[in-house]
Amino acid sequence: MVPVTWYLLLAAVLFAIGTAGALTRRNGITIFLSIELMLNSVNLTLVAYSRLLEDRTGQIVVFFVLAVAAAEAAVGLALFIAVYRHRRTIDLNRINLLRW
Amino acid sequence: MLETAVFLVFALLAVASALVVVLHRNPVYSTMSLVVTLVAIAALFVMLGAPFVASLQVLIYTGAIVVLFLFVVMLLNIGREEASQRGLPQKVTAGLGALAFFAFLATAYVRLYWGAPQAPLTEDFVSMRALALELFTDYLLTFELVGLLLLVAVIAATVLAAKPKHAPEPSGDGSEEVA
Repeated sequence: MVPVTWYLLLAAVLFAIGTAGALTRRNGITIFLSIELMLNSVNLTLVAYSRLLEDRTGQIVVFFVLAVAAAEAAVGLALFIAVYRHRRTIDLNRINLLRW
Repeated sequence: MLETAVFLVFALLAVASALVVVLHRNPVYSTMSLVVTLVAIAALFVMLGAPFVASLQVLIYTGAIVVLFLFVVMLLNIGREEASQRGLPQKVTAGLGALAFFAFLATAYVRLYWGAPQAPLTEDFVSMRALALELFTDYLLTFELVGLLLLVAVIAATVLAAKPKHAPEPSGDGSEEVA
């Protein structure tokens, strides 16, 4: 039987990859994809804990995370479309009106 | 033994495709690579005794969310990202930060759970009936609230993506998402 610790470590690796991507990329879509990756690694952590603790609550939380991720993707992508309509780019280095 | 092999295959697949998601300059390739990551993680969900979560992952994530991403990538016609000139210190810092976070998590996991006793999967734990019972009794309110959240998100997305009022064509009811 594969120890649950391996799953947790794999989720940590994926989360770290997603963090690095979200911090370094400048294309809005790719940053969004990195955030989805981080969300999914958290889902993996939740399911692994649900297995470790023999408690189904972790899996139920994953449903809610999925739903919130769907809402986030819909609103975020609509925002990108709205920004693109004004600026003709979603390069985050050029969308810097609110940056200091 | 076989289980370990299957785990390693899907874990390596997930990590490799996650690296492609983050590193590839073409967002279409990144998005398709995310599909591979999500399916690999769904396989791991099955191995952890959560087959329903795995099927939801494949249906909702790869079937709906990633398709939405692909639509937007193609709608906005985003090309390859140009190589950045001044990004190296930022990349190194981000990489080190991510590595430090991973080291923190890994130390905690290994110290807390390495060699922890692990009960074999029972039929009751895997059963969808028990899961549904718990979801629709203890978590019913949360479930309804999440439904409301999705409705609000759909309305927000249509309003945000609808054509502005001063556009040449009449704006309509906002159901048209195309720019």
